[in-house]
Amino acid sequence: MGEEENKMTVAENLVASDGYKYGFSSPDTDYFYKAKKGLTREFVEEISAKMKKEPRWMTELRLKAYDIFMEKPMPTWGNTEMLNNIDFDDIHYYVRSTEKQGSNWDDVPEDIKNTFDKLGIPEAERKFLAGVTAQYESDVVYHSIRKDLEKIGVIFTDMDTGLREHEDIIKKYFGTIIPPTDNKFAALNSAVWSGGSFVWIPAGVHVEIPLQAYFRINTKNMGQFERTLIIAEPGSSVHYIEGCTAPTYSSDSLHSAVVELIAMEGAKIRYTTIQNWSTNVYNLVTKRAYAYKNATIQWVDGNIGSKLTMKYPAVYLMGEGARGEVLSIAMAGKGQHQDAGAKMIHAAPNTSSIITSKSISKNDGRSSYRGFIKVLPGATNSKSHVVCDALMLNEEARSDTYPTMQVDEQNVSVTHEASVSKVGEEQLFYLMSRGLSEQEATTMIVNGFVEPFTKELPMEYAVELNRLIQLEMEGSVG
Amino acid sequence: MSKFLVIEDLYVNVEDKQILKGVNLTINKGEIHALMGPNGSGKSTLSNALMGHPKYKITKGKIYLNGEDITDMPPDQRAKKGIFLAFQYPVAIPGVRIFNFLKNMMSSVQGRELNISEFRKELKEKTKMLEVKSSFIQRYLNDGFSGGEKKRNEILQMALFNPKLALLDETDSGLDVTALKTVCDGINKILNPEMSAIIITHYKRMLEYVRPQFVHIIMDGKIVKEGGDDLIDYIDENGYKWIEEELLAGTLK
Repeated sequence: MGEEENKMTVAENLVASDGYKYGFSSPDTDYFYKAKKGLTREFVEEISAKMKKEPRWMTELRLKAYDIFMEKPMPTWGNTEMLNNIDFDDIHYYVRSTEKQGSNWDDVPEDIKNTFDKLGIPEAERKFLAGVTAQYESDVVYHSIRKDLEKIGVIFTDMDTGLREHEDIIKKYFGTIIPPTDNKFAALNSAVWSGGSFVWIPAGVHVEIPLQAYFRINTKNMGQFERTLIIAEPGSSVHYIEGCTAPTYSSDSLHSAVVELIAMEGAKIRYTTIQNWSTNVYNLVTKRAYAYKNATIQWVDGNIGSKLTMKYPAVYLMGEGARGEVLSIAMAGKGQHQDAGAKMIHAAPNTSSIITSKSISKNDGRSSYRGFIKVLPGATNSKSHVVCDALMLNEEARSDTYPTMQVDEQNVSVTHEASVSKVGEEQLFYLMSRGLSEQEATTMIVNGFVEPFTKELPMEYAVELNRLIQLEMEGSVG
Repeated sequence: MSKFLVIEDLYVNVEDKQILKGVNLTINKGEIHALMGPNGSGKSTLSNALMGHPKYKITKGKIYLNGEDITDMPPDQRAKKGIFLAFQYPVAIPGVRIFNFLKNMMSSVQGRELNISEFRKELKEKTKMLEVKSSFIQRYLNDGFSGGEKKRNEILQMALFNPKLALLDETDSGLDVTALKTVCDGINKILNPEMSAIIITHYKRMLEYVRPQFVHIIMDGKIVKEGGDDLIDYIDENGYKWIEEELLAGTLK
């Protein structure tokens, strides 16, 4: 495809200033091409038209999104103090990794290996997570898809490949659920997206195994802007799962993904995420789904890492009988702010939604629930139920809820329950009287608190999450 | 006879209120003692203080276990030394499955990784002994349990824990006659010559199933009368009022 020459040229043109002569990095790194920091209109065009050789409509879309990004102000709500610390000129907007496997397991830093050890991550997965095998930054090079899935017509690929091989479907749906005008970060993602997944499930097909993808950031100051689009045709079902881990770096990174889901009549999509970005990452993600007649969307969303997460998975209940669920946990430790929540828009009769949000705050960590429920005129007999439980591990921790409800229809049921609790002295004593240390006891109580979330995960993820919580709890007591 | 537990002149405050006012008690290995007394006399305070509840502040006196001063030891360390408290009101811990909890308890008190297949086998035996359904261990710990289920769960833990010193805090309360019999039969199977026990109760009924060798009456934070198991019947017939009266009159023997 002539990409090799392209890499060289573009690299020479754009990257020489960043110390990557000829686009090849020094021997201990493997990036063929790493864009210089900062973002310009020319750069967006260069990447799209020349490097990725995308169709003109996509280049136009990116350029338009770039203009919107430049015009849109930063959000004036949420943790504006943290948000305003993002230096958009200090971020790499595109990194293409090598396709050869240059690094080896011995080169992976000890602390990261130790973390994998503590997490009990299987050998194969460790190498994968450490970047030793195929997966790297912006390009999703690795997807495991079983042959039988292909046989039944399921498409599961990275978005760049999807655009090359299934342009018609992507052109029809891309950006229709979350247009670039939606918010500043959706605009940014639309301009510079790279990687992410494209999933298409044919009508009536039920995918029995969860489709899994891993993303990670492993370049200093690199923004990761993956773009995911999942379409479930009528009567089909799929569970898509992504887990994120990232090693810690000294300067701030930006992760700003856009995820669009479409469940046609009677279809069901479950989207599970556990993010454990290092605590210098800004995780600003826009997730939204359309659920048509009798369709179901389930967002299962776990937020452990990052410095600041702002994420409010949304379901637009577009057809009669559609159902939306958000089940989320957030864990805010030292210096972290998890601003997470959900949005449910009831736009048709007999639609229902359930939001279960659980948050844990420790040290000076802060977790916020931000929710929005809207019932439009005509959405009669709709039901919405919100449950927010916050668990505080110490006095300095902070938890807030910002629920908003707009109900423009009479015959509906909208309810909201909220509770804030502390780890009880009696619970601790009970467990400690059985030989558990204070830390073990606290961890057990916290794991119990998140159990309604954990039990929805595939076994290996549940185990990993419990271990993550255990690691998070280490040194947090006593 | 080796003195296994020695409580010396123990004073305990709860939220700045003095509850125990100089308790002295010695228990030898393998002995079963009953601690009886009216409401508010300090029975549960003593069991909580022995287990190391942080809310129960020892302001004076000492507790020795096997010669070691454990007065300031945290509850988990005491558990590892073999002290087990069967709670009067076990607290619910939502989301924590009993099986998982028991597994953690066992590896903590044994100080080593469990052999899971052996553990499962043992658990099966004990649940059978206490007439507990096997699905029970998949439930969340004490969450939504009836009074009887909570007590059975405490004794199930005791059976696995195999303590050196068992503190049974009003295990009989909230149990109907049938449940009391099952639980007490279980306790009798668990007790062994290496195990000491303190049975804390208001009433005679539990002590008819699990027979103590020594009986102590506690009132207003002090042990005021001690005797053999004949004291149980006397209390059952005459209540505690006479002790109070004799105390006031200074004629208590």
